[in-house]
Amino acid sequence: MQIVNFTPLSAFIGGLLIGYSALIFYLLNGRIAGISGIFSNIFLSKTNWVDNVLFTIGIIIGPFLYKIFINNEVNFSISTSVDTLIIAGLLVGFGTKLGGGCTSGHGVCGIGRLSPRSIVATLVFMLTAILTVFVKGLVS
Amino acid sequence: MNTKLASGIAGIIFGLGLTVSGMINPEKVLGFLNIFGAWDPSLILVMGGALLVTTPMFFLSKNKEKPMLCETFSLPTLTKIDSKLILGASIFGIGWGLIGLCPGPAIASLAMLNTHSLIFVGSMIAGFILQKIIFK
Repeated sequence: MQIVNFTPLSAFIGGLLIGYSALIFYLLNGRIAGISGIFSNIFLSKTNWVDNVLFTIGIIIGPFLYKIFINNEVNFSISTSVDTLIIAGLLVGFGTKLGGGCTSGHGVCGIGRLSPRSIVATLVFMLTAILTVFVKGLVS
Repeated sequence: MNTKLASGIAGIIFGLGLTVSGMINPEKVLGFLNIFGAWDPSLILVMGGALLVTTPMFFLSKNKEKPMLCETFSLPTLTKIDSKLILGASIFGIGWGLIGLCPGPAIASLAMLNTHSLIFVGSMIAGFILQKIIFK
């Protein structure tokens, strides 16, 4: 195994921030900071609509603030075809809705709550994602 | 302070966290998923940092009657590990592995002002709606 591009400190600090966001959302609003739920319900439900929209806009404002106040250089690159983008987007939307959560809802909050459903879901999507990357490597 | 303002603030901190940690960059996430190749373990530290906050928080707030800004805690009611959970998580993982984008970073990456993110997020919304139609 070869370790590359490892950035433990910034990863850990970013992780703490994500945790604090979840803490605020739970202690103040009583809700789980699961992004697939928050975002999808903008299109599927009237409940907490304004809250969900504001949380989503906040997620987009965050990187802008980072660029303005911390560092203008943010590494970002997607190298893929439009077809793959569409298929991946459909799978992520469909799968998170069917499985009731994503990396934040099941991963960060569900595991934190020691929910057996979330622990299983996180193991399953980690596994299929790792396998997908592995198979992609074989094909290309 | 009301729940709307709190939602906005929580969202901003979440977006900041995704940017600071580098998770906004799908290539970095793919580096983590590439366990059998050149591996970038950073995502473990992101999850670890977040869980270091959420785990004690959920434990210590177990006996709290209500949140600070509204009347009730809304926690998931499902407890059974069923086929929908497994199938949904499997499908999500395949999509995640194809590009390296999951919902949070996909939304945050809209701030990078690129059409790829826009196409992905648009398809993701279509996926949400498709699921609702099929499993109604």
